[in-house]
Amino acid sequence: MKNRTAMFMTHTLLIVFGIIWIYPFIWMISSSFKTNSTFLTSGINPLPENIHWDNYIRAWEVANFSGYFLNSVIITLSTVLIVITLSCLTGYALGRVKFPGRKVIITIVVALMFIPSGYTIIPLYELMKMLGLSDSIFGVVLAESSGAHILFILLFAAFFSRVPQEVEDSAAIDGAGFFRTFAKIVLPTAKPVIATAAIMQFVWTWSSFLVPLVLTLNSPELRTLAVGMLSFVGRYQTDWTGMAAGASISLVPVILIFIVMQRYFIEGISGSVK
Amino acid sequence: MAKKIKNGNGISKYNRNKYIWAYIFILPQIIVFFGFSLYPIVMSYVYSFYDWSGIGPLTNFVGLKNYSRILTESSFWNAFGNTFVYTAGFTVVSISIALILALVLNNPNLKGRGIYRTVYFLPVVTTMAIIGIVMQNIFGTQGFFNEFLKAIGLIDQSISWLSNPVLAMILLIIIGSWKEIGITMIYWLTGLQMIPREVYEAAKIDGAGSWQTLRYITLPLLKPIGATILLLTVVSSMRVFDLVKTLTEGGPYFATETLELYIYRFAFAPDGPSQVGFASAAGVILGLTVFIVSLILGWVVYKVSGQKRKPLGGGIK
Repeated sequence: MKNRTAMFMTHTLLIVFGIIWIYPFIWMISSSFKTNSTFLTSGINPLPENIHWDNYIRAWEVANFSGYFLNSVIITLSTVLIVITLSCLTGYALGRVKFPGRKVIITIVVALMFIPSGYTIIPLYELMKMLGLSDSIFGVVLAESSGAHILFILLFAAFFSRVPQEVEDSAAIDGAGFFRTFAKIVLPTAKPVIATAAIMQFVWTWSSFLVPLVLTLNSPELRTLAVGMLSFVGRYQTDWTGMAAGASISLVPVILIFIVMQRYFIEGISGSVK
Repeated sequence: MAKKIKNGNGISKYNRNKYIWAYIFILPQIIVFFGFSLYPIVMSYVYSFYDWSGIGPLTNFVGLKNYSRILTESSFWNAFGNTFVYTAGFTVVSISIALILALVLNNPNLKGRGIYRTVYFLPVVTTMAIIGIVMQNIFGTQGFFNEFLKAIGLIDQSISWLSNPVLAMILLIIIGSWKEIGITMIYWLTGLQMIPREVYEAAKIDGAGSWQTLRYITLPLLKPIGATILLLTVVSSMRVFDLVKTLTEGGPYFATETLELYIYRFAFAPDGPSQVGFASAAGVILGLTVFIVSLILGWVVYKVSGQKRKPLGGGIK
């Protein structure tokens, strides 16, 4: 009996705090359907009188969120593709082949990861200028793909090192070379690891702020949602419901993707502390 | 392995082929790593020894002048102090609340654990820069939070949360923690799930109550992973930028300006020409500070956990 009361209390607290916890998102979405005048007069009532899509149309067309959205999608997907390819190939080589120099490479990379770094965004910006990529979306993608991706490499290496040797041997007997064994036989089994790395990198890049902020200082047409939002509130200071619509445009997609793929994401986070 | 002895020559050719492929596989990552990670790290030091506005060649070498100037700037020490206040507040709030949540959600008899976990994790996946702007609205003078407090009768007059230096910092810490608690909660849950079930069963047989089990069994066993969590939390919060930039812009009157924001202000949005050399020197000082703090906490991790656990490199042997 005592146990049941305790359980009931736990659920009540978890639900009440849970609603408070995600209320900012509820507020954001409900405000995005209000008009600016009802937004001011409706007080704390979260329900809009009727659904207005005007804010979305205004944000999408007038405030150029369509462009920001497209930039965010292109930059995020390209970065995910590049990072997954790089870390998957590296993880396969490190996890399956005991090539000479392997230990040295691992040591150097891990050691370099721990050296203190200064304000690296300035050299990164200068580097893009030198490469002639400072006004191109590819420059942003390259900058976003930088880094050693140690976590992903470790995830891939650990996974590939557990693939039984017989799989590789039988592929070799069938005449498959190194690359075909990797691409046709081993890689398809790595789908869960790919999903984990992809969803994590997706969320990181989608949310990235400093890199696109600095790299698009002189090219507003390359801004991502996170950066575009800041310039939006700078320009239309009193358009609160437009702001809510813009915020919803950038947050709702990533929230939906997370809800569908959360198992992989949480496994990745949990793997990083182990 | 047996094949190797039987047919040494053929296999070694097979191996050499494999090695070449392995080098080809790691080459792209190595190029990206050296070009886009290592080069910027090295140059972030080099710039700090020059008086440079960011335009034109590096010509005016000034040695350690940028550093000596920084150390006498009170605005730098203000940002330095703010960074530590934020880090301390963030660490205490997020680690403790995350632990409570994890302990509650780890109960196997609790129905709907997955849904609760999703709800409390949700802020993690959202964009910090967008959250900052949304929160600036919610906590504005005419914002939702004031209206809400008025509606339930807690206050009569609106409070300007973001114009008060102390309130603004508290708000930064609370929102920053709220955003990241989900990650720390998953870390704690991972730690809790690594405790073998037999330990709890043994405690039950010995007649330990749930509070005693928590106090004498669960918490001590969480110490090693707790040290790692402390390290990760502190280091990640020392470079806070997105939230401060979008929620307070370091205001009011630099009361919430953290080091990353200070550096950004000198590098990209200065009152006058950019001072990239100066900003780079401040960046190096921040990097070294983070490094020293992580060395100290790394030592704590090592002491608490003995040599059994390593926070990194567990995947490759």
